Formats: sequence, structure tokens, C-alpha cells
Amino acid sequence: MPEIKVTPLGAGQDVGRSCILVSIGGKNIMLDCGMHMGYNDDRRFPDFSYITQNGRLTDFLDCVIISHFHLDHCGALPYMSEMVGYDGPIYMTHPTKAICPILLEDFRKITVDKKGETNFFTSQMIKDCMKKVIPLNLHQTVQVDDELEIKAYYAGHVLGAAMVHIKVGSESVVYTGDYNMTPDRHLGAAWIDKCRPDILISESTYATTIRDSKRCRERDFLKKVHESIERGGKVLIPVFALGRAQELCILLETFWERMNLKAPIYFSTGLTEKANHYYKLFITWTNQKIRKTFVQRNMFEFKHIKAFDRSYADNPGPMVVFATPGMLHAGQSLQIFKKWAGNEKNMVIMPGYCVQGTIGHKILNGQRKLEMEGRATLDVKLQVEYMSFSAHADAKGIMQLIRMAEPRNMLLVHGEAVKMEFLKGKIEQEFSIDCYMPANGETTTVTTNPSVPVDISLNLLKREMALGGPLPDPKKPRTMHGTLIMKENSLKLVSSEQALKELGLNEHQLRFTCHVQLQDPHSDADTLHRIYTHLKSVLKGYTIQHLPDGTVIVESIVIKVSSSAEDSNTKVLLLSWSYQDEDLGSFLSSLLKKGLPSGIC
Amino acid sequence: MHTKKRKHNPLVSRLSCFTVSLYSYTHLHTPVVLTVHSLLAVLSVGSSYITLQCPQVQVHHYHVGLWIGHHLCPQLPAPAFGAQELKECAGRVFVDAQPEFCLPERELLDLSTIDVILISNYHCMMALPYITEHTGFTGTVYATEPTLQIGRLLMEELVNFMERVPKAQSATSWKNKEIRRMLPGPLKDAVDVWMWKRCYSMQEVNSALSKVQLVGYSQKVELFGAVQVSPLSSGYSLGSSNWIIQSHHEKVSYVSGSSLLTTHPQPMDQSSLKNSDVLILTGLTQMPTANPDGMLGEFCSNLAMTIRAGGNVLVPCYSSGVIYDLLECLYQFIESANLGTTPFYFISPIANSSLEFSQIFAEWLCHNKQTKVYLPEPPFPHAELIQTNKLKHYPSIHGDFSSEFRQPCVVFTGHPSLRFGDVVHFMELWGKSSLNTIIFTEPDFSYLDALAPYQPLAMKCVYCPIDTRLNFHQVSKLLKEVQPLHVVCPEQYTQPPLTQSHRSDLMLELQPPPMPYRRCSVLNLPFRRRYERIYILPELANSLVPSEIKPGVSVATVSALLHSKDNKHTLQSVPKPPPMPPSKKRKRVIEEPPVALAPKPMLSGAVALEAFLATLQKHGITEVKVEETADGHILHLQAEDTLIQLEEDGTHIVCDSEPLRTTLRDLVLRFLQKL
Repeated sequence: MPEIKVTPLGAGQDVGRSCILVSIGGKNIMLDCGMHMGYNDDRRFPDFSYITQNGRLTDFLDCVIISHFHLDHCGALPYMSEMVGYDGPIYMTHPTKAICPILLEDFRKITVDKKGETNFFTSQMIKDCMKKVIPLNLHQTVQVDDELEIKAYYAGHVLGAAMVHIKVGSESVVYTGDYNMTPDRHLGAAWIDKCRPDILISESTYATTIRDSKRCRERDFLKKVHESIERGGKVLIPVFALGRAQELCILLETFWERMNLKAPIYFSTGLTEKANHYYKLFITWTNQKIRKTFVQRNMFEFKHIKAFDRSYADNPGPMVVFATPGMLHAGQSLQIFKKWAGNEKNMVIMPGYCVQGTIGHKILNGQRKLEMEGRATLDVKLQVEYMSFSAHADAKGIMQLIRMAEPRNMLLVHGEAVKMEFLKGKIEQEFSIDCYMPANGETTTVTTNPSVPVDISLNLLKREMALGGPLPDPKKPRTMHGTLIMKENSLKLVSSEQALKELGLNEHQLRFTCHVQLQDPHSDADTLHRIYTHLKSVLKGYTIQHLPDGTVIVESIVIKVSSSAEDSNTKVLLLSWSYQDEDLGSFLSSLLKKGLPSGIC
Repeated sequence: MHTKKRKHNPLVSRLSCFTVSLYSYTHLHTPVVLTVHSLLAVLSVGSSYITLQCPQVQVHHYHVGLWIGHHLCPQLPAPAFGAQELKECAGRVFVDAQPEFCLPERELLDLSTIDVILISNYHCMMALPYITEHTGFTGTVYATEPTLQIGRLLMEELVNFMERVPKAQSATSWKNKEIRRMLPGPLKDAVDVWMWKRCYSMQEVNSALSKVQLVGYSQKVELFGAVQVSPLSSGYSLGSSNWIIQSHHEKVSYVSGSSLLTTHPQPMDQSSLKNSDVLILTGLTQMPTANPDGMLGEFCSNLAMTIRAGGNVLVPCYSSGVIYDLLECLYQFIESANLGTTPFYFISPIANSSLEFSQIFAEWLCHNKQTKVYLPEPPFPHAELIQTNKLKHYPSIHGDFSSEFRQPCVVFTGHPSLRFGDVVHFMELWGKSSLNTIIFTEPDFSYLDALAPYQPLAMKCVYCPIDTRLNFHQVSKLLKEVQPLHVVCPEQYTQPPLTQSHRSDLMLELQPPPMPYRRCSVLNLPFRRRYERIYILPELANSLVPSEIKPGVSVATVSALLHSKDNKHTLQSVPKPPPMPPSKKRKRVIEEPPVALAPKPMLSGAVALEAFLATLQKHGITEVKVEETADGHILHLQAEDTLIQLEEDGTHIVCDSEPLRTTLRDLVLRFLQKL
């Protein structure tokens, strides 16, 4: 039985360092190659030794597919391709290909230049790695090789995020990456067609959450920012440069305009300026509304939002600052946070998920005293607000996607085990499909039952379809008979006659003849007629002919009558049939041996 | 998508063949009425099944029809007769009226039976509203996103141009046969004049375009389960496509408007065209003798010369397409030619949109431009020209333009036919001075015809048609590589141009010769459909017992239920008949005639005498008398009084005892292969 195997090297019952191995139809595919934000040691990257203990990555993997540019999905890519060593194809969408190297470089700078780590990938390695990338377009069917094909669908999560459909023969897997089933202010909703994959591998970040309407959250967010500004506080919004940042900028920009607010809004790092450019150039990846109006008014050209300079942090008066990174684990957002944490007028709004181990995670859990590097502790006095703006599907969204794609099996990754457990139960109950949630390094095996594609001769197909009447009737399925010829790699279904011809074989006719003695005091002709009448009454639905040359033919079985030489009342019937009519011939001979009923004239 | 079922007249049912009908407008080189090459193909793919149930004949037909590409041809209003309609200018007669457009052929078939329209590029969809809005068409139109967006802009521009110069009356009296007979040249010869239509409205455009379904390159789109269509990059313009139409066993490629030159679009996808049974080839360059690069050079030098002499340059052009390349070329040329201070104007109601849209289709651009987007920088340098105020764009000559306009300058504006749009004003403004130059770059219109109503003109005329589409040399090379079994092309491509009958290099020479088509001709494509894809469900597949007939060849007999749905066929195991209910009259059961479940397989092979005798012996049949005959042997089983006739291609068992007969049958079958 063919099998599909799925092994998470990362993101198995966990969020971070997404990396999932799929073996399907003899092909091995790596889905995402991310890093874990919560660790600084080996656990930061997926455990590639799972593969390399048996040989080189390039020999094992047929391709690598990156779903989107977030570092927990692509952060380990240069490490894998350049340091562990992989030379095969890497697929990602155009926006991901554009943005991914910038985030990697940023990540590298923080790690190497600021934290002074060695043995890390270099700028050149990022460049070399990106040379191996083949861009993917939405809905384009990419033939990785003769058998393996992949197709990307819109995932909505961030600019360029894609879900991917992987197909080998009639087996298939869909990997969602991160996705969002509700459109937001700058991106559309994820969509996939009813592709009925054998396995749907879905993220499950918000497995147990059903979020209220986006509008409420937006109103809430604006209210909090506004209140803080009114009382002269400073608002820090840690974000990743691309994604939520743009959505919240659009939100604040329109709010500022409507309310005619004067407090400055800043965006930290030059990256964001660049980021907005990406949004302008990849506007076809944003939502319908932005795409429609971009010629008149490009939503990514902000009037109220200015570039941030480090010195502004100490300026008096209210301000709003967007700073990277989003989990307060390093960089500018952490610096500003340290500066502002002591003042209860200030506020930090965490608009997204924070991985365990990060400062973001700690303060969200109510920790008020933070141990910083050295022995210093930081008292957190500012207001801490959490607002789920990260664009992941919630439980409702995940169920919606299952309904869209109609998978035969479900596999959850990129979530916390407890929450997954809950969702797994719900899925199994609602869709009656198996749901798996392997831990890292644990392999899930799903047996598939693919249909076998065969070429049927059109003659045979037409003949069989004709038997069923003019219209196909689902209640009256037609039985068809043919011969399957298996030659090299081809499978052909043809009629038996054609099979003989194609294989250059002669037909061997097998015939049977038997004599049946019958007591019937009539003339030969009358006896024959009596047989004819008898058979007519017994065999309903058969073609029975009485021919003038003194034979009765039932289908293709020939019956003749002659009188016995000794006794003219004893008739000898001669039955002759071919092997193809064996059942009927055998039936007739035993039927006639019993004699003719007396009532026949 | 749902399956469409239509009953067709059995006489016209096209069983087991692809039928392609192609109509094409002939190229009219006429002074007043310009008809641009335009092609429209209707492809019907029949996977149809005939049911014969004597005496009545029924045809059950799954039908998919495709329209491929329309090219709208502005019929320049030939200024005309009767006091108002006809006007004379420099010895030529023109019709003075609202411009009308010649549409694709609509009479030959019922457009409401068309299921799908495939669009090749934005120039080839200008007639779409005429078809989707007024013919009962209810199908789907497939196009790429740039094709849709830029196509929409071009239609919008056309509608805008028309609305600016409303003329209440349309000229009809000149169309009258009696009058037309007396008119000179082109008016006399114009075809289908009564079918010409006035321009559509924006409402019709929007409604037409709402029927468009977006597709990406290499996306496989299933049509009714019968065929798969897929657009491929054709390298000609943003989002331009060639189309593959294929089933599991047949493949048709439609190659239209393709380019191998490195301009801004994604390069042409050639390899996916391989293994085509039929390749329909059209949209070759209209300027086979003009080298686009040379033309571009001439364009620049003429432009610079005129400006240096203090004159203005007028470039009548479409608002999308080659203009992007012209601007890019000028971007590099401006400084070196010392034109840094010369204003460049692009005037069109869609100028801004066209320039903006060109920057957002990174996926559809050539590699170089894609790399720029990754930086992130706008892929086209006209962004910088605009930023530095070297290039300015205006929706029309009114408003801001009239106050900011400085001379000498370069103006890009439409329509390239010179019959409507802002270009008309510039012709009037600059036509009188020999300092000015008009440079024609679009190949769709003869410049002499375009200029005719403005004669006499003092301004200089330069003709630099830039047509990047395939020329005959490139096509031959392409076909050599792609190797389609058959090529179908317009008749014009199979002979040298009329005016250059000695140029055998300006025609398509192929072995086997291409199948030519002309307007309204119906071609039967040379297909022999022999196989169709069917799926054997796993349960059935597992139950099959293959036996090896020859080394490497195995056969298995299949008896299965056939399911056909949406043109997809599957085979499934025959369910076991429910066990007979314990019958009250068990005796009757024997008398029930056998239900023909599975017919017996056919047999093949021969029964070897010696081996067979040995087998008989093993089964206790020892008294066998063998008699040789012409074709084999007759075995007389003396104790059983049974005859077995063994021949090369047949075995005949004459036996009166049923148990013995079945034993012998099974023994014989051991020697034979079942099919």
C-alpha cells in the first residue's frame, strides 16, 4: 500500500522553527526551514541530522518549499543550504523571495554583530542561498520533476504567504504555512479549491481561540492608543517590519486623519520604508480594496507616519512608535521598551503572538520584574496590552479551510500540544477524519489508496457506455468487461478482441458438443418446435430463434434434432456451444435432459 | 464547473475528433478602410458517445467550445457620400461619421453554444463586449491578470475617446450596395459593412470583464472534466499567453502573438509547446522585414534630430505595450543625446493608470525587471522619469496640460490610427510645420492611410514600426525545436506577400506542409482519438490477477462497474450479489436460467498433444486413441465414448456426460491463456 509520511523536524506540537518533512510517492519534500525565537542554542534550528545521519540533504530532498518570509519559517534556510549543504531547488513566492533575504540579514546582524556569535551564516551565504530559489506564482502548476508537481494558493497571513499543494500521481498533501481566513486591512483571505488532499497539514496557533470580530479589536486598539496619547503617554508597538506593521499603520493613519490628531507616529528602522515599497510593488498580493484604488491613492504612502530616530525616544510628550522586532527579544523595540518601562503613563501593545522565552511572552504573562543581561532587573510599570492582530486562522478558520479542501486526513503543526489536542477532537468529531499531531522527530504514516490511472480504448468505452442507454444513470451502473494489458509502464484497457490483436495472439476456440436423448413421439420438426416453445417460456430475455434450416439458436447455442435410427420416438438432440457461452450451454443441456413438459403443443 | 449536456444532430456530431474552425479576416491594404489582421478560432473538443438503439439514433454529446482571441479592428470611418457622409480630401473619398468597428465573424455559429473564450493578450480582447453582451454567450472567459487589467484600460480609453467626439448620426447610406458600387477603391471593397458596430459603453465593458476568470501561467484549468487548458508566457506583452488545450492523449497548442526578443515581459515558454499534435500558429509579425532594434535606433535618432532643430515630435501609440520599451530606451538616451531639458508628455485618459499598472506586475516581467523589484525598486525606469519631471502624463490636452505645455517637446498619445483621441489635435497643431515630425511606431496601421485625411502635410513623417512578434525565421526555428505533428496557420503565411512575391523567406515552409485556413473555413484537425483516461479504484485494482503472456507483458481480465460523471470515468468492483434468500422451492433454483454476470474470457494459445495426453492420464483417462488429421489430432477417449478434436486454433469436445465434460473443459483450459 502506498504511504505518505510526515515528520516535523520543528513546529511539531510547538510554535517556532517550522520544518516538516513529507515523503510522498517516493519524493521527499521539506516544508519550511525556520528558526526558533525562544532559543539561542542548537535548538534554534531544526535538527537536520535526522536526515544527514544517512547522507547528504541534496540526495535526500527533492525540493524545499518556504511558505512565507517570517523567520520561524525561513530563518534556518541559509544554515541548511550553505552550512549543512543543500543544492536542490528551493521554492517560494516572489514577495517572499524579495523580503526573506532582508529579514535574514537583519537576523544575522542582530545575532552576529550585536550578540557576537560566531559560527553563524554570513551575508554571502544568504546571497548564495537565495540563488537557489525558484520563484512561484499563485496557481501556477510547477513541475519539480516528471512526477512531482506543486501549486501555490493565497494564504493571506503576510505579503506573499502561500499554501502549497504537493502532488505525486494521484496522491497529494496540502501544507498551509500560516494563513488567515478573514481579510484584514491590507491582505485578503486564504483560499483553496476542493483539491481533496490525502493530508492537510495545517498550522494551529489559535487552535482553541474563536476571535471576536476584527472591527471590535480595531476599535479597542484605537481606543487604547488614543487614551494613552490623551494623557501624554508614549505608546510602543513592537512589530515585525512587514505584515502587522502595515495593517496597523493603515489603521492609525486613517484614525489620525479622521480625528485630526497631532501626536507623532514613528516607524523604527529604515527597513520599514523599504517594507512599504515592497507593498507598493507587490500590490497584487494585497486585498481587493487596496488593489482597486492604488492608482488614485496608494495606501502604503503614509502622511502621518514618519521615520524614527533613536534620539526621539527621549523627546517629551506623547508619541506612538512602531519598533522591531515584535516579540521584544532584541533590537530597537527592546531598547525603547527598557527606556519606557518605568513610566506607568506609557503603554506597550503587543499585537501578536510571542514565543516562550521572549520578553514579550514574559510580560504578557504578567511578569513585572524582568532579569536583564548582567544582573540588572527591570521594573515593568507601563501598561501592557495584548491584542491579537496576528493573522492566523482561529479554530473557526481552520474548520472552514477543512471544509474548503476536504482532506482525507488532517495533521496539525505550529501550535501548542494542549490546544492541538482540543482541536483534534473537534475535527475528528465534526469531519470524521483522522487527525494527527506528531511531535518533533515523530513520524506520522498515512496509507493512501490511490486509484490506478489506465488508458481505456475509446471503442470499448463507447461500446460499454452505449449498453447503459443514452444517459448515464447513477442507479444503473454498467458492467464492463475488458482486458488490461500491462506493458512496461503503460496500462491499457481494451476489449478482449483488441487485446488478442495487439498482442499478436491467435484466438483459440473451445467448443462443446453434446447429445441429449429425448422421448418425444413427434416428427423431428415438431419436436424442434416444441423445444423452441419450451425454451421461449423458460428463458425470458434471451434471443431465441427458430431457423428454417431446422435449428434453434439460443444466443449462439445451436440445437438440432434427429430421430434415433432404432426408435423414431427417441430423438437425439445435438447441442453445440462455445466456451464463451458455457453457462448457458451447460444449463440448456441439463434442462433438456429432463425432457419436455407435456403441456407443450 | 458543471457538465454541459447538449443534444446534437447526429449528422453533425463530431465523433472522436477535435474540430477546429478558424475564421480570419484577410489583410486589407486599403487607403481608407484599414482592417487589421484578426483571428478568431473556435475549437470544439468532442468527447462524445454515440448510442445506437435501433431504430432510433441518439447522440449524447459533451461539448466544449473555445473561442480564442479577438482582435478588434477600428474601421476608420471612411468619409462618404450623400452630401454629409462622404468627403473628399487630396483625391480620396472618406466617410465622415462616428467610427465603427469590424467584429469577429458571428454568423457561422451560435455564440451561445460557446463555453469558453481564451484570451491571448490585451490587444486581442477588444471585441469581447460585443460577444459577451449581445450574443447569448454564457460561458467563461479566461485571461491573465495583466491582460485583464490593461485590456480594461485600453477599452476604457477607447470608450473615452469616442465619448469625446459624439456624432449623433452614423453613416449608413454609403453602405448601400448601389452607392458603394460607385465609390472608389477601399470603400467599394470593404467587407461586411453592415455588420460594423459603434463602440460599446463602459457599462458593457464592465459587464464583459466581469465574466473573466483570472489564470496564472502554467495553471491547469479543467474544463468540464474533458480537457485541460493552460496559458503559457508568450513573451509579447505583459501577461500575454499562448494556450495549451489538452486531454490525456491529445494536445493542441495555440500560439498567437509571441516574441523571442528580450523586452519587458517574461520570456516565451517554448518547451511546454513540445509534443503537440496540432499547433495553431498566428499573430506573427506584420513587419517581417523591419528589425525592431533597428527601428528603435531610428526612432531615437529622428526624435533627437527634430528636437535639436527646434521641432516637436508626435508619437501616435497605444497606451500600453511598446511605449514602456520606448520610454526605457529614451531613459538611457536622453542624457547622451542632450535632451535632458526636453519635456516628454504622455497624454491619454489612462496614461497614469497604464504607467502605474506596469510597475506592479513583477511576476509577469523578465528576469532583470524582477530583480529590480527585489531591491525594492520600480521595475520600469519611467518611474524615475516621472519623479524627475522629465516625463509628465495628463489625461487629456485640456486642464493642466494646456497651462504646463512647453515646446519643443515629445508627445506620446493615441489613437495610432489618427482617427480619434488627442493625437488629432496635435496633427492639426503641428501638421503645418516642416520642423515637426510624426514617428509611427505601431505596426497595426499603414501610416499612409492614417495620414491621408490630413493631407497636404508639411510635417515630416517617419515610419519605424516596432513589431516584436515572431518573424518567419524565428518561427521556423521554433517549430524545429517544438516539433508539432501538424501546423495550422492562416493562408497568408503559406505564400510570400503579394507585393514581394520573390521573397520565399517571407513564408512558412514546413514538412509536412501546414494546413492553411482562411476566413470562415472549417478545418478538421487530424486526430485519431483512440484512448481515454479511466481510473481503476483501489479495491478493484487489488483484485485483478495479472498473468504474464510474454516477457514483460501481462494481462488481466477486468469485469467492473463503469461510472461516468463529469466526463470522468472510474471502474469499480462488481458488488457480490446478495446471497440468495433461502428459497421455498429450492428445486426451482436450478431451473433459473443463468444470469450472465461476467462473460467468459477469450482464449488464446494451443493445447500441446503430449502434455495433454499426460494430463489425461493423470486423471485416470488412459484409453486414448489418437488419430492425426490435416489440422491436428482427434482424440478418442474410448472408455468414455468421447471425442476431443485438438487443433492449432481450436478445441472441440464432444461429450455427452456433463461431469466428464466439465473435467475435460478444465483440463483444456489449463493449457490456454485467458484474455
